[in-house]
Amino acid sequence: MTQLPNAPGIGFKPEHFDALRASRPDLGFLEIHAENYMGAGGVPHAQLTALRADYALSLHGVGLSIGAPGRLDADHLARLRALIDRYRPESFSEHLAWASHGEAYLNDLLPLPYTPQTLAIVCDHIDEVQQMLGCQMLLENPATYVLFEQSTLPETTFLAEVVQHTGCGLLLDVNNMFVSASNHRFDPRAYLDDFPMQAVGEIHLAGHATEDLPSGPLLIDAHGSPVAEPVWALYAEVIARTGPRPSLIEWDNDVPALPVLLAEAARAGAVLAQAGAMADA
Amino acid sequence: MPDPFTTALAAALQSGALPPGVTARDPAEAPRRFAVYRNNVAHGLSRALATRFPVIERLLGAEFFAALAPLFIAAHPPASPRLFEWGGAFPDFLRTFPPLAGLPYLADVARLELARGVAYHAADLAPLSPAALAALAVAPDTARLALHPSVQVIASDHAVGTIWAANQPGSPPRDITDRPEVVAVLRDRGLSVQVWPLTPPEAAFVTALRDSLPLLAAAQAATCHAPHFDPAPLIGRLMQAGAFIAPSKETP
Repeated sequence: MTQLPNAPGIGFKPEHFDALRASRPDLGFLEIHAENYMGAGGVPHAQLTALRADYALSLHGVGLSIGAPGRLDADHLARLRALIDRYRPESFSEHLAWASHGEAYLNDLLPLPYTPQTLAIVCDHIDEVQQMLGCQMLLENPATYVLFEQSTLPETTFLAEVVQHTGCGLLLDVNNMFVSASNHRFDPRAYLDDFPMQAVGEIHLAGHATEDLPSGPLLIDAHGSPVAEPVWALYAEVIARTGPRPSLIEWDNDVPALPVLLAEAARAGAVLAQAGAMADA
Repeated sequence: MPDPFTTALAAALQSGALPPGVTARDPAEAPRRFAVYRNNVAHGLSRALATRFPVIERLLGAEFFAALAPLFIAAHPPASPRLFEWGGAFPDFLRTFPPLAGLPYLADVARLELARGVAYHAADLAPLSPAALAALAVAPDTARLALHPSVQVIASDHAVGTIWAANQPGSPPRDITDRPEVVAVLRDRGLSVQVWPLTPPEAAFVTALRDSLPLLAAAQAATCHAPHFDPAPLIGRLMQAGAFIAPSKETP
């Protein structure tokens, strides 16, 4: 795999296909959910083939269940490999989470405790993924709503260990980090201090929803609104540390018109340009 | 074999209990915070089912559909992350769900919606050329017209095509006479999924082609319903839509 450009991208939504083809906006890349392109043919593949000619591509999986004990689904890995062979994406990423139980797919990114045992499981799974897919993958930090009494490792330590053991890169989702920090009352800047920044190959930005609980707000990673101001501030701090990185605007629910996404991408682009100028100075 | 950890969490996602070991900064709020996952799973799968069966949701109403979906999800959860393949058991579930006994057409409308999903994702195969069609027509007793995998025939004791068409977004309410109908579902050359009403001889003809009968035998199957049936206009429409593919023996 080559690399995604250090530029802003957007999550591709089929309702934006015509507008994207007509205006061909200046974007660093498009990201797709791999599972939506695991059919044999038809519109999804026709659209992806057309867009692939114009844009760099990030393949983002949601269904591999890297974070659960048990074997990875070999058929699902083979389908991912087929997509990679067909479209040659610049990046493949998945989540530090699990989504299947036995024969049932639960369609959500579910949490895991951070222990030496789960670390070994995740490392084994990532080794298998990278071997099967023939490329490095990026692992995304989750947005979480609960903690586990069993956990003995901070998330940042867990991720750093995974990077060290497997050679994978990381996808730093700044909104997920902010959601988790708010929900578990930790300092996001301390998290960033401990995060293995040298491994960051991509950044995600998205909106979240908020509910009020007695002890304070409950933030939910909803992907249905603009990126929140505190997340933009943390994003600028991340980019100041990492230098420019591929940065994705994710908006999966109540999807707005393309110009709204492009405006969010342009705002990320301004942060990247400023960091690039500082690096050149 | 599923492990104890995911087994406990998956069970709690169903039951509403708090799984062992799950906590929060304020432990009293752990149940409320864990409920975010339960809501995500339930809502996400319910919406995925509605995406697959939009006309069923419209016929039942959003509220009824949202109440019914968890029952189907508990009995027939998706087996893989390819949610567009999920729902094969939904027609039978609707057929045998006692509160819906008064709506016997629902199961067949669901079959039609399943067929549309199959057509949407069917493989891309090159359509038969007019020259190849002409060559096949020379020997109709042995020649077989191979249908594209998107082409499916849905036969029903109910007005399945009319009900489906009348419940598209923006369609005004109208009275429907319930009577047996057959439709073809197929994907055209522009990749749009079409629903075509078929007359009884047309249905017999396409079904015979689907069953790989030779052209002449398919035409004979149709003339059982209408002695003077001429398949040429239907073949022309199917050709135009790209519904025939080169037979496998012709592909190198």
